Amino acid sequence: MAKKEMKIRAWMDGDRAMVKAIIFHPMETGMRKDKQSGKKIPAHFIKEITCKHGDKTVLTCMWGTAVSKNPFISFRFKGAKSGDKVSINWVDNQGNTETGVANIR
Amino acid sequence: MNQSRRTFLKASLAVGGVAVAAGAGLLAPSRVLAASWPDKAFAATSVKDALSILEGSADTTESKDISVDAPDIAENGAVVSIGVETSLPSTESISIMVPKNANPLAAQYLLSKDAEGYINLRVKMRETSDVIAVVQSNGKLYSAKKSVKVTLGGCGG
Repeated sequence: MAKKEMKIRAWMDGDRAMVKAIIFHPMETGMRKDKQSGKKIPAHFIKEITCKHGDKTVLTCMWGTAVSKNPFISFRFKGAKSGDKVSINWVDNQGNTETGVANIR
Repeated sequence: MNQSRRTFLKASLAVGGVAVAAGAGLLAPSRVLAASWPDKAFAATSVKDALSILEGSADTTESKDISVDAPDIAENGAVVSIGVETSLPSTESISIMVPKNANPLAAQYLLSKDAEGYINLRVKMRETSDVIAVVQSNGKLYSAKKSVKVTLGGCGG
């Protein structure tokens, strides 16, 4: 799978930080069948995401297979300032993982 | 079960690591696993079961302080954008349920103190259904729902 890196945008809106991110992931439910071979496509989806502001966890997401392909995350939090680091880490059911980092604008 | 799970979550948020919480002897290893990813709740086939496993109770109170932002009609069930915003104080978690999906629980978001009661995600919907947002605030469960008409299901090929 040609892998694209996740995209994160983070910026300040008054006293709160806004974060938006997109992860490139197939999010297979395990229920779909391959049209040509008729075989089931194995489940491949992100289970857990940890969103951090510096070292502090702001948001933990537990996802099931119902989350769409190339999932989108959006959240807001307080107590940040421009220039702070935001990181997002995900782990999928096959043990793959990726961490993305962005500075708050 | 619920209480210890919450305690664990708070502990792990506070110290910033599962290893530290487990190492401090606060919890039995099974609890740590249960908190990491609620597989039973995601495998549940009804909203009630999913909620009971996830939050320890299926009793929710409808709340006007939660708004579920979703389209009235979704042309493509594979990508339905859902936003949930709540003004309830000290929100601990937001769960998204799609009752007509094979497994209703779509996602659970665990919020820290700093996070605002706002999330946005995109889910797959098999057919026309309500979307239910369940918010845990101060240990109580509140819910709100919005009906979404799906013209093309999102779980097929």
